[in-house]
Amino acid sequence: MTKRTVQFSIYRYDPDKDERPYMQDISVELDSTDRKLLDALTKLKALDDGISYRRSCREGVCGSDAMNINGKNGLACLTDIDSLKQPIVLRPLPGLPVIRDLIVDMTQFFKQYHSIKPYLINNDPAPERERLQSPEDREELNGLYECILCACCSTSCPSFWWNPDKFVGPAGLLAAYRFLADTRDQATNERLDNLEDPYRLFRCHTIMNCVDVCPKGLNPTKAIGKIKEMMVKRAI
Amino acid sequence: MVNRIVVGAHYGLKDWIAQRATAVVMAVYTALIVAVILVARPADFEAWRAIFAHGFIKFASFLFALSLFYHAWIGMRDLWMDYIKPTGLRLALHVLTILALVGYAGWAASILWRL
Repeated sequence: MTKRTVQFSIYRYDPDKDERPYMQDISVELDSTDRKLLDALTKLKALDDGISYRRSCREGVCGSDAMNINGKNGLACLTDIDSLKQPIVLRPLPGLPVIRDLIVDMTQFFKQYHSIKPYLINNDPAPERERLQSPEDREELNGLYECILCACCSTSCPSFWWNPDKFVGPAGLLAAYRFLADTRDQATNERLDNLEDPYRLFRCHTIMNCVDVCPKGLNPTKAIGKIKEMMVKRAI
Repeated sequence: MVNRIVVGAHYGLKDWIAQRATAVVMAVYTALIVAVILVARPADFEAWRAIFAHGFIKFASFLFALSLFYHAWIGMRDLWMDYIKPTGLRLALHVLTILALVGYAGWAASILWRL
């Protein structure tokens, strides 16, 4: 592919200078090697070094460059530029406070993640080498442990928009099930108690925006369904 | 009182199950009543009245109404929880919703058994 010019419309907001956010129209010439949206953002940053966004690994592992791309949350480093309709509209992840341009304050998101105790709880003395699992038990963790906490899912969820302080959100609930499903974990009851709440778990109304946007192809709705199934099993 | 975020009411599972169970009741009733109407083909008021005068249809209709009201309670409560932030106002709306739905249930019974 040869050189091409791509049109952008980017959400800009610098709370020190701007009274309110605005959309900046800007175009950039890309080389044939620029294939992902993040490549274009790097070029844009060279044009206007005020444009602010997070990035790190540039290969869909760190989860830093999540943003709202043409109305849908995704990772800039995994999105093909040529698959996008122009002008490409870039906005910060919805529902979280904006720090500057495409950078949002993730405090609320991580607070919810921490609230589900995202670590193995096992009170047995640690074995000499490692806690073993059968391959079948390990299989259950596939589709759960891969989450990179980019927040694409939780910030596309209306229930999280309305109650970010009370609803754990799809990312947190996927992580919660990751530990509920782990045969080495001993805190199943406490974890279920922690989630059995009209806000924390039952705000999920299964609209599946989370599944639609997950850049890693994970399914938080399915995990949430399994948590509810565990609760039913426990109660009925 | 300090303004801290408090969660952990430890309910919700029963409502979640009830929402599904009542939905099944409503779906089955809808299929049943459509079938009954298709078979009976009531042409006038008397024929309609005869359908609902039947004991089983009365029972099924009342069950449907109760399912609808319970289902509506969970749905309305969810709406208030999402959009109404002041606790006092939310509590008032919860109470009003319950009163209205209980009233509707009584009204449904009176309509069905007055026939």
